[in-house]
Amino acid sequence: MLQTRQVEFRYSSSVRFHFPDIQCGTGEALLVTGPSGVGKTTFLHLLGGILKPTTGEINVFGNKLPDMTERARDQFRGQNIGIVFQRSYFVASLSVLENLTLASWLAKGEKQVERAEKLLESLGLSDQKFKNTAQLSIGQQQRAAIARAMMNEPKLLLADEPTSSLDDEHCFLVAKMLQEQAQTAGAALIIVTHDQRLKNLFPNIQRLS
Amino acid sequence: MIPLIAWKNILYRPLNAMLSWLLLTAGVAIIAILLLLQEQMEQQMEKSIAGIDMVLGAKGSPLQLILSAVYHLDSPTGNINYAEAQRWMKHPFVAEAIPLSYGDSYKGYSILGTTQGYLEKYEAKMASGVTFQHDFEVVVGAGVAEKLRLMPNDTFLGTHGRSVQGETHEAHPYRVSGILQPTGTVVDNLIISNLESVWAMHTEQEDGDSTAINMIVSADSTREITAVLIQFRAKMGFILWPRMVAETTKMQCASPVIETNRLYSLFGIGIHGMQYVGWGIIFLAGLSVFIALFSTLKARIYELALLRILGGSRLQLAMLVLLESIWLCLAGYLSGLILSRVGLWLVAKSIEKEYHYSLNILQFRWPQEIYLLLLTLAVGILAAIVPAWNAYRLNMAKTLAEK
Repeated sequence: MLQTRQVEFRYSSSVRFHFPDIQCGTGEALLVTGPSGVGKTTFLHLLGGILKPTTGEINVFGNKLPDMTERARDQFRGQNIGIVFQRSYFVASLSVLENLTLASWLAKGEKQVERAEKLLESLGLSDQKFKNTAQLSIGQQQRAAIARAMMNEPKLLLADEPTSSLDDEHCFLVAKMLQEQAQTAGAALIIVTHDQRLKNLFPNIQRLS
Repeated sequence: MIPLIAWKNILYRPLNAMLSWLLLTAGVAIIAILLLLQEQMEQQMEKSIAGIDMVLGAKGSPLQLILSAVYHLDSPTGNINYAEAQRWMKHPFVAEAIPLSYGDSYKGYSILGTTQGYLEKYEAKMASGVTFQHDFEVVVGAGVAEKLRLMPNDTFLGTHGRSVQGETHEAHPYRVSGILQPTGTVVDNLIISNLESVWAMHTEQEDGDSTAINMIVSADSTREITAVLIQFRAKMGFILWPRMVAETTKMQCASPVIETNRLYSLFGIGIHGMQYVGWGIIFLAGLSVFIALFSTLKARIYELALLRILGGSRLQLAMLVLLESIWLCLAGYLSGLILSRVGLWLVAKSIEKEYHYSLNILQFRWPQEIYLLLLTLAVGILAAIVPAWNAYRLNMAKTLAEK
């Protein structure tokens, strides 16, 4: 269960965001929407432990992120939180497969090649595993990013505008894959987006304003 | 995994790394060549003067006397009267005196007339055959035998003077009686006979009458030699001899140590100058590594942020950047060493041709080449400090928000 309470983040005394309390359980999905500039990405960074809230509580399956040291948060995120970004980032010099095994190596110290291959297969990327990530189409890159986010069987799957640079076809495909992967792994899925197309797919919506 | 990624990153942007790698290779190669060249030259030269305190010879340049009498790299300064030289050879200060008579050559290798004492001084042992016993018998140094493919009982004609094209002494061929083992000294590149052979060769040449040999050889007072290698019993000789010899005779005394040191200081200027050039290039390589790391850091900042997102630590990011620089420097060091050996092999070929000095190119210079490695790595670490620090300080949220 992901739970937040009274989370506030200040960039400076004039730029501050106050976020509504949310919660999201195992296998559930929550869409966080809102216009640009309301702090959607900041909220996602807070949930992923990339940023530390100025005040408030973020509880990820019993672990209070704000109380952890930076290194502990990095480790916790690596092992328990999968993140998919709008633009997919990869280590350019590594192949698709190596980018996936890198995720398990950084989090757990072992390269889980079998799991990586299984994930790539389930996302229809088996043929691409030895390619450079730059050779993939944007849709394929996004799928590879989902596969990487799922590598360590996360309890929480975060997605930041995962579909906004995709056409309709890929938009729905990616949304479906996120949902499927989260459900198979029993992860809580939170998608931060302003993409109107997703609203019909996810019943639970939290608006930021 | 981090070292592997660092290596793959270098290969992924080969053009970026190319300049740094080439500069490192050139710098390391220059320094390694100089180290080997200097060391081996000095080693061979020092081994060759071991146990020779003074050289007695005809007046002229003392450096030339040493170069010709000890190293056989130059023409003799002239001849001296054997009878007069013998008075000094029997001087109470003298522990050992070895007369030398030289000036002829075979295919560019000096033929040296001397006594068995010369072979004993350099501890030259026979590899095959026996030592020279009769006139016109020679033993051949290991290097000469290998280069000219000489075997015991081979015969050849000597050439007057040091040049390959000189006039040959056709009346008396030399016969190889034995081959010497390698000594790592000048002996390896000499052909050695007794004194009488050299005298006979020349008196006959001058008279044009072969029956005259015995007669003239036996006339002790007119015999000439080229130089005498002296080892003192009393160290007073070092101080007293040069003046005594200069004042009372037409000969001169030269100290191999002093002249050899003079020679080092002469070509030492060149070697030091080249070494500075080498270090300058390595410094430029360091600068180039720094620029390459710094400029690619901007392009790779998302990659680094990603590693943190996936659970990597700040230290791992810094190590990634540092290792890229270290791998590059190691690669430059290795290719530099290889290049230095190839370069030295070329230099060795020309040196052997002109001076009959052989170099061992596969030798690893311990510990200088280890110092060179450590210094190269230090340059790599220094070049990576600022980029690595920037990677360490990376702000994940800010990087990811800048789209």
